[in-house]
Amino acid sequence: MMDAVARPAETEPDLTAIAADAAGEHAVGRPTVYVYEAPVRICHWVNAFSIIILMVTGYLIGTPLPSVEGEASANFVMGYIRFAHFAAGQVLAVFFLARILWAFVGNHHSRQIFYLPVHRKQFWKEVLHEIRWYAFLEREPKMYVGHNPLAQTAMFTGFTLFVAFMIVTGFALYSEGAGIDSWQHRLFGWVFAIWPNSQDVHTWHHLGMWALVVFVMVHIYAAVREDIMSRQSIISSMISGERQFRD
Amino acid sequence: MGAATETFYSVIRRQGITRRSFHKFCSLTATSLGLGPLAASRIANALETKPRVPVIWMHGLECTCCSESFIRSAHPLVKDAVLSMISLDYDDTIMAAAGHQAEAILDETRAKHKGQYILAVEGNPPLNEGGMFCIDGGKPFVEKLKMMAEDAMAIIAWGACASWGCVQAAKPNPTQATPIDKVITNKPIIKVPGCPPIAEVMTGVVTFITTFGKLPELDRQGRPKMFYSQRIHDKCYRRPHFDAGQFVEEWDDEAARKGYCLYKMGCKGPTTYNACSTVRWNGGVSFPIQSGHGCIGCSEDGFWDKGSFYDRLTNIKQFGIEKNADQIGMVAAGAVGAAVAAHAAVTAVKRLASKREDADHNS
Repeated sequence: MMDAVARPAETEPDLTAIAADAAGEHAVGRPTVYVYEAPVRICHWVNAFSIIILMVTGYLIGTPLPSVEGEASANFVMGYIRFAHFAAGQVLAVFFLARILWAFVGNHHSRQIFYLPVHRKQFWKEVLHEIRWYAFLEREPKMYVGHNPLAQTAMFTGFTLFVAFMIVTGFALYSEGAGIDSWQHRLFGWVFAIWPNSQDVHTWHHLGMWALVVFVMVHIYAAVREDIMSRQSIISSMISGERQFRD
Repeated sequence: MGAATETFYSVIRRQGITRRSFHKFCSLTATSLGLGPLAASRIANALETKPRVPVIWMHGLECTCCSESFIRSAHPLVKDAVLSMISLDYDDTIMAAAGHQAEAILDETRAKHKGQYILAVEGNPPLNEGGMFCIDGGKPFVEKLKMMAEDAMAIIAWGACASWGCVQAAKPNPTQATPIDKVITNKPIIKVPGCPPIAEVMTGVVTFITTFGKLPELDRQGRPKMFYSQRIHDKCYRRPHFDAGQFVEEWDDEAARKGYCLYKMGCKGPTTYNACSTVRWNGGVSFPIQSGHGCIGCSEDGFWDKGSFYDRLTNIKQFGIEKNADQIGMVAAGAVGAAVAAHAAVTAVKRLASKREDADHNS
């Protein structure tokens, strides 16, 4: 109770700073900026957790564990693995959807991973600069409040597009068991118009998992490296929401 | 031929049923359906005048396994389907007529039953070289097919050949064998895939059309929902072993003897829509999984080009070498992992070097 009373007084000055930051584009000269709002952070960690469960269980569905002994009625190994996969998949889908909705109401950083300003020359120039920075050809990285253009490109393709693909193919595959009268089949059955044999949908879904594995590896490496090398905080920002700049 | 159109009544009489019994049947039917006294005479009139549905059965590039399956139907017996329910006017494999006599029936049916007959197609037309890879009655099969399809009420695509292309359409498909729905686009087509389809499914589809005078409800891919809306896996009697996580690992292991799930042996039950696990084969005796062999997915599109029947994960050939999704994924992840490690190493070295530089400057 004491805590709850004491807190608003503590955070009040911060809140006004946040409002100012969200309005102001340029962060230069400010030590911290509020970038990732709470829903963005919650979605990030829920999705991350779901994706890990989905990868492990998905791999085990494609390559099951060694057989268990005993009566079939006394075991439910594959059943539990599949349940975990379907449950995590639906959690991911809901939070992905929530994340899309938040892009409409959140700050402009919350929209970054859903589009690429491909028509802007400046964008590509800055992508090139980031590539050169990663290729050790630039001495200094540029400072960005949100994602840098290369990171934005990686997030858009590696996360938004790949996860959307996995959700669509995932629900289509789920509809096979749910039946052709299910809402899953009504919404996602069109996938089988593209690949009439669901064996192909399985294969693409499986390849999508590996694409996400590669994305996760690059994503984590880039986050850790930037946290150390660049002039702004990365990992702690996804926990506190605030980006610190240091020079 | 040229005989008057055969009605259900004439078939009933031919089978030794008296006219008296026939009228009794009509009255009884009307009464049991709760219809008025007039209905009995209407039913009698309908059976006396309604012609049996004429069926033309044509063969393109195929192996006749569909016909072989069809003639083994137990419920209904194929004799009832062919001799009583439908009027099988043309089937070059099993008909008595031959040559010009046989071909004349096609023209006659087309003229007399315009828009009324059902065209059943076994096999498919090869389109390459103007269709020269399948000549039937002196003409490319594709021409004959198009001609007969023009005036048909509906078309049944028997088997994987007519529905999807099957082995003669396997890569690189030199004859350009093409499923019939790619050749005929203006008629309703019922796909009854399988290699062959289950006998009872075939006669079931025919019986449905002749009984109700309409086509069965079809799914997104044009297959009758009543037989193709569930996977083999959904109704497989080995499904409890799948859910339990009990799998056959080798063809001759203890698990195989205990009848565990054939998932790891590449069974295509989880991706195959058919009625094998419910209707079964040879009058309900067995089906492949019950005999200890995985499903090969013979009623699915492209099953002939999806690599081994005994692999769980499909081989992908688009990348030049044949590898499955896990092999490709692991190579990709390994390469990226190595790249990340190398990048991290270079970063560390650079950072150390620049620190030393700074230290040198400061001193």
